[in-house]
Amino acid sequence: MEFFRNPNIDFLGKKWYFLAFSLIFSVAGVFSMLFWHGIPWGVDFRGGTLVYVKFAHQPDDNAVRTAMDRAGLRNAKIQRYGQVGNNEVLIDLDVRETSEQALDRGKIQIINALETNAPAGKIDLNNASSLTIKNYLMDKDPLHVGPDDGKYTAQAQAIVNVRDKTQGGVLTSFDQLKGAVEPAVAASVQDGFFLSDFGVRNVEIVGPQVGGQLRKQAGLATLYSLAGMLVYLGFRFEWIYGVAAVVTVFHDTLITVGAFSLTRTDISLTVIAAILTLIGYSNNDTIVVFDRIRENIKLMRREKLSEIVNRSINQTLSRTILTAGLTFLTVLALYLFGGEVLHGFSLALVIGILIGTYSSIAIAAPILVAYQDWRIEKGKRPMAMPAKAK
Amino acid sequence: MNKNLLWKLVLIVGTLIVFLFGIFGIPKAFSGQGLLSAMTDRIHLGLDLRGGTHLILQVQVNDAVKVDSDNAVEVLKEQLNKRKIAFSEVSKPDPDNNPDHIVIKGVPPSSRSDLLSIVHDRLPEYEITSGTSDNWNLAMTPPMLSDLKNRAVTQAIETIRNRIDALGVSEPTIQEHGLGQYQILVQLPSIDDPARVKDIMQSTAMLEIKQSLGGPYPSEQAALQEKGGILPPDAILLPGHNMPGVGEEGQAWYLVSRVSAVSGKDLRDAQPSRDQNGQPSVSFTLTGEGGQRFYNFTSAHVNDSLAVVLDNKVQEVANIKEPIRDRGEISGGRMSEQASKDLSMILRSGALPASVKYMEERTVGPSLGADSMRAGVRAAIIGMLAVLIFMLVYYRGAGINADVALLLNLIILLGFMGYFEAVLTLPGIAGVILTVGMGVDSNVLIFERIREELRNGKTPPSAVDQGFSHAWITIVDTHVTTIVSAAILFIFGTGPVRGFATTLTFGLLANLFTAVFVSRVIFDYLLSRKQRGEALSI
Repeated sequence: MEFFRNPNIDFLGKKWYFLAFSLIFSVAGVFSMLFWHGIPWGVDFRGGTLVYVKFAHQPDDNAVRTAMDRAGLRNAKIQRYGQVGNNEVLIDLDVRETSEQALDRGKIQIINALETNAPAGKIDLNNASSLTIKNYLMDKDPLHVGPDDGKYTAQAQAIVNVRDKTQGGVLTSFDQLKGAVEPAVAASVQDGFFLSDFGVRNVEIVGPQVGGQLRKQAGLATLYSLAGMLVYLGFRFEWIYGVAAVVTVFHDTLITVGAFSLTRTDISLTVIAAILTLIGYSNNDTIVVFDRIRENIKLMRREKLSEIVNRSINQTLSRTILTAGLTFLTVLALYLFGGEVLHGFSLALVIGILIGTYSSIAIAAPILVAYQDWRIEKGKRPMAMPAKAK
Repeated sequence: MNKNLLWKLVLIVGTLIVFLFGIFGIPKAFSGQGLLSAMTDRIHLGLDLRGGTHLILQVQVNDAVKVDSDNAVEVLKEQLNKRKIAFSEVSKPDPDNNPDHIVIKGVPPSSRSDLLSIVHDRLPEYEITSGTSDNWNLAMTPPMLSDLKNRAVTQAIETIRNRIDALGVSEPTIQEHGLGQYQILVQLPSIDDPARVKDIMQSTAMLEIKQSLGGPYPSEQAALQEKGGILPPDAILLPGHNMPGVGEEGQAWYLVSRVSAVSGKDLRDAQPSRDQNGQPSVSFTLTGEGGQRFYNFTSAHVNDSLAVVLDNKVQEVANIKEPIRDRGEISGGRMSEQASKDLSMILRSGALPASVKYMEERTVGPSLGADSMRAGVRAAIIGMLAVLIFMLVYYRGAGINADVALLLNLIILLGFMGYFEAVLTLPGIAGVILTVGMGVDSNVLIFERIREELRNGKTPPSAVDQGFSHAWITIVDTHVTTIVSAAILFIFGTGPVRGFATTLTFGLLANLFTAVFVSRVIFDYLLSRKQRGEALSI
């Protein structure tokens, strides 16, 4: 099987279309970052409190809203999260409501506000830790075994396992404990605990200081990555190759971040990881084309550089499309099946792989040619890139 | 098969065995379940997959500096008095921002050399410079200051580790967090509600026994009034903590001596016990030296009161009936059984050199971790199958070659992780998938080149040879740049992101071996069995 047999497409002739295409997307992204949605930093970078809550039934957004208002959390953002049937809600407090002194105050306020049916003196089993349950059991000693730490630890763990593994995070009835723990323990638990209609699945609290620190570091990491590429390519090829590759990768990063801004998808730490991976990936693509250009310059000394570049792109086209296609397949699998936690990460990769593949053809190669044309115009040595013989 | 090829084959099989051992060790059972448990024994799951709590703490290192300079102020006053050098004041002008800065006022010029020698002999970590008129400035030398701060962090890590170990949390991670200054990263797997652990870690547990000079007073003002508006110079007012019978918490104030008779450093042991009323309490014993000091103190103050102060709150005030040598008790009223156990454990683990503040807290519930694991593995398998099937369809015979290389790549990657005790996180699983996608790139590069050479009329052996040698340079370049990205990620990231960088790097390194070396051996083997001029399935 073969998709491309000796393709001969004049890519460089279409450079103005490419430029227009790239400009539209970059400008749209930059515009959105500056004037519209801004950069949608995730909680890792802006600080704040995120609480992921799973309800036992279809959550009522208004009821959640009212509960938050009653707790005085007026700036809380409430979003549905994940698949519809999962009954999950994400409650997002901004950094102003995330206290420096007591970092988890916001979380505790949210949990208390949602425990609307709490009977006095009872503990919420859906949000109790196994430690709390163990301590309760040790205190009540329903099995009359005395202070047997191991026994009650195991029983508490069994209860938590039923809740988290079998029931997916929320118990709806004490009957669900039957069979998993000793009857006396189940009865005792029913005495001292109640079941709220939700469980907390995930909590992320980032203090204001950490956010700023991480933002700086993410920016630095991206810059270091770009500088690393520039140096390596300058060393392996000529400096203009490095510049072309870095401009290309910068273009990819800009469009990817722009897409996050346009769609208002949070940029979390893992998204930054994805972007750094893209820097590597997009470079791969560019290097493959550059390697071929370098090889062809030695073989075709008479030809114009634009001719050589076009030929090189066409020769590697089959590989470029295949690799991009295969990587795209894996990333798509991640996007579709990888779960909600990886959503932003795989989105960045999906966008980035499309853009990264496009840009090595549409941006990197034309920069090389444009540089040479500029050299000729200035009356300098026309063959500007006798790439180092290897 | 020629000998050269045989050796290469042996090398490949050897590698396979070594890395399979890396993944599974020697499994107890060869069933699916047995293999899975053998695998998770060696490759640890990250917090995001198994559930748990991730905390970042900031050590308030200036606390440690304050303690040191407070001590230096005391030393200075004592020495100046002892040598009869006149001075009007020794103070810290800006204790919050410049905690190591001390000013000595009103020292006559004639005492200059005496003052210098005091600082030189007794406070070698401080630098003294002359200020305006008769003032002198003391500040810690920069290396001493940073040394003190770093020591505070190291000691805090040590103390927190002791406490977490005593709590019996399994497989905790406690280390300096490289990203911010003076920060500690604590990871506690399988702790779903960290509230109690957090309190225990944060408690500075500074125990002091001081002389009680008066109280309880209902408020600070009341105490001041009673003392005629000004406190004695060597006394301080401290709030009481949960004391029975004296009103609300924080409403009782005590006047106690600034200097402590003994402190937490003098403790040898602390155990939960019950006081004479049968209430939970903590009893402690002192070290020999501490006991001696305590004996001297109690002998001199029979019928006076002593105050047990924990974290600057008065826990208990008791009358000294007779000299006490090395035993004491903290009962302080409304202590629960759990609190007495926790407090004795905290006291045993030692005091924190400085208070700590929580900067970041992430808790992944086990139900979410399990869901993420399932989704990640499902995506990995689907992505991998898609690639494997595509390669077979597109390259036919050579597709098998690529698929073998890919599977071996995966085995080596997981084996690496087993050997290096790397942690598999959700982004790490994504890294595995990405390795598959990017790893196959090397095969595609090589195969496309071979096809091209074949089209140009080369014979299969020469096309294979050319294909590999041309693609090799490109493969090295592409791998180096990606590994540079991953290395920067590893340095910059924590937890999940690090897991991703690790798998990506290992995966690409393994890919150099599988896509180039293994693939080549398979081609050579196929070619060696073919007749001259027979076509290659690619």
